[in-house]
Amino acid sequence: MTKVLKMSSSSRQTLTREADLDFDVGRVRADFPILRTRVHGHDLVYLDNAATSQKPRAVIEAISRYYDCDNANIHRGVHYLSERATADYESARKTIQSFLHASRPEEIVFVRGTTEAINLVAQTYGRQHIRAGDEVLITAMEHHSNIVPWQLLCEEKGAKLKVAPINEDGELILEEFERLLGPQTKMVAVSHISNALGTLNPIATIIKMAHAIGIPVLVDGAQAVPRMPLDVQELDCDFYAFSGHKAYGPTGIGALYGKLALLERIPPYQGGGDMISSVTFEKTIYNKVPHKFEAGTPDIAGAVGLGAALEYLNDLGMANIAAHEHELLAYATDVVSAIPGVRLIGTAKEKSGVLSFVMDGVHPHDIGTILDQEGIAIRTGHHCAQPVMEWFGVDATARASFGVYNTKQEIDALARGVEKVRKVFA
Amino acid sequence: MADLRDLYQELILEHSKTPRNYRELKEADRKAEGYNPLCGDRFTVYIRMQGDLIQDIAFQGSGCAISKASASMMTQSMKGKTREQAKELFQHFHRTVTGEKNGDSADLGKLTVFAGVAEFPTRVKCATLAWHTLQAALEGKQDSVSTE
Repeated sequence: MTKVLKMSSSSRQTLTREADLDFDVGRVRADFPILRTRVHGHDLVYLDNAATSQKPRAVIEAISRYYDCDNANIHRGVHYLSERATADYESARKTIQSFLHASRPEEIVFVRGTTEAINLVAQTYGRQHIRAGDEVLITAMEHHSNIVPWQLLCEEKGAKLKVAPINEDGELILEEFERLLGPQTKMVAVSHISNALGTLNPIATIIKMAHAIGIPVLVDGAQAVPRMPLDVQELDCDFYAFSGHKAYGPTGIGALYGKLALLERIPPYQGGGDMISSVTFEKTIYNKVPHKFEAGTPDIAGAVGLGAALEYLNDLGMANIAAHEHELLAYATDVVSAIPGVRLIGTAKEKSGVLSFVMDGVHPHDIGTILDQEGIAIRTGHHCAQPVMEWFGVDATARASFGVYNTKQEIDALARGVEKVRKVFA
Repeated sequence: MADLRDLYQELILEHSKTPRNYRELKEADRKAEGYNPLCGDRFTVYIRMQGDLIQDIAFQGSGCAISKASASMMTQSMKGKTREQAKELFQHFHRTVTGEKNGDSADLGKLTVFAGVAEFPTRVKCATLAWHTLQAALEGKQDSVSTE
């Protein structure tokens, strides 16, 4: 099957051509032991990367090596292993700093994942700055994790959650977003790439609009970190949240980037060990940023694994990865939308990594079960974005999402699987 | 290995496309709503009782082929049953779709087509959603039933 790729811009075309020279998907696949799994008699076709990605051997080995050689608690022991563990942990922080192009390692706070990062900002910066009558502005395409923390905050403070609408392609309506920004807005929180639709938001423009009237912006980068080159200084975002496990790292670890001046001014998140510099029963002096936000023994091995994952991505090259996934998405869009009865949900001009669709007369859950029998893993359901489903008038969608190791052959398998669904329900 | 044809039997596909008793029961004296937050399946089950008998039963809502066919065939088999019989039938059906025992065809009748669900553990909730909802309606529970 040969298809001509539709590229949205000539620059992308150039990027793709250049990138393809260096990017050997066969070699990438060999780095991921789990891809050898057989599922119901078929080779595994893993297309659920927006939910979580698989882990390269480099990550698995880094975690194993940490426990084999370096394990101890950090920031307190004077012994050899504690120094090594502390060095590992802080070196992972520096890897994240350089991956995001943050100016200093102190701007990186380890958290459990995107959800905790957003809750941290809502419960610290949010509780400090948002008062009754104020507004928090989000978009209609947010994941529940970028809705509920703000709802909790707004309920507590008597503030309002405002939602900027999206159009029928699943794109943010920028004029409406700008209209909703006002003196009462105290915080903007928006996803970089929508997990349910794949929409790539014009983050730089959104940030400029908000900053023009002095409003800080949190970016939910859960889907963007594994898919595109990032530079938080160039974006000028105030907070950037992401999860390790969607970026080929382990579960249970993620990071929050915050501008140093902001992090220094906001109160701690949780109390406990490591976040203090001195404690008496009368008064506690908090530790410096970022330790002020890292109470208790953190997931040290997780941090080490995340560092290894980002180094792995750096070696592949984020521009190469972006080009590879763009090509996969363009190809998948062509072959899947050509199947009769299939309707794509989310047809933004700027998209990345995610293909959501529904089929006439077939519930997504049934699509998922039939594809699973072919060894193809996709996600079906509301993708933790129920308001998005409601806007498109569907209960759920089937979602294929791509990663560094996916191939066009796997997308052909997806298309054959969807054809089989059609036959079962014909 | 589980076979897709065990799950998507002709009768199940047929009921999912043209569900029976699919309407709002205006004369209902009880109704309950069932919801599976995982996949968004949502059904309302209406019943009209005559003493201890289910005189009439209907349902509405949306869901996958398994949940819809199960709701449709449940309404067919529940008409004229007593509360106790309804409860027993549900228990029997539940054991069948979870694979605890093979369906005794004499008791379950056409509902034995759902025996294949046992090979697909993630779909048990689909097959039982309407049944849990009916149970709630019979017990007069007001809250929405959730499978999670």
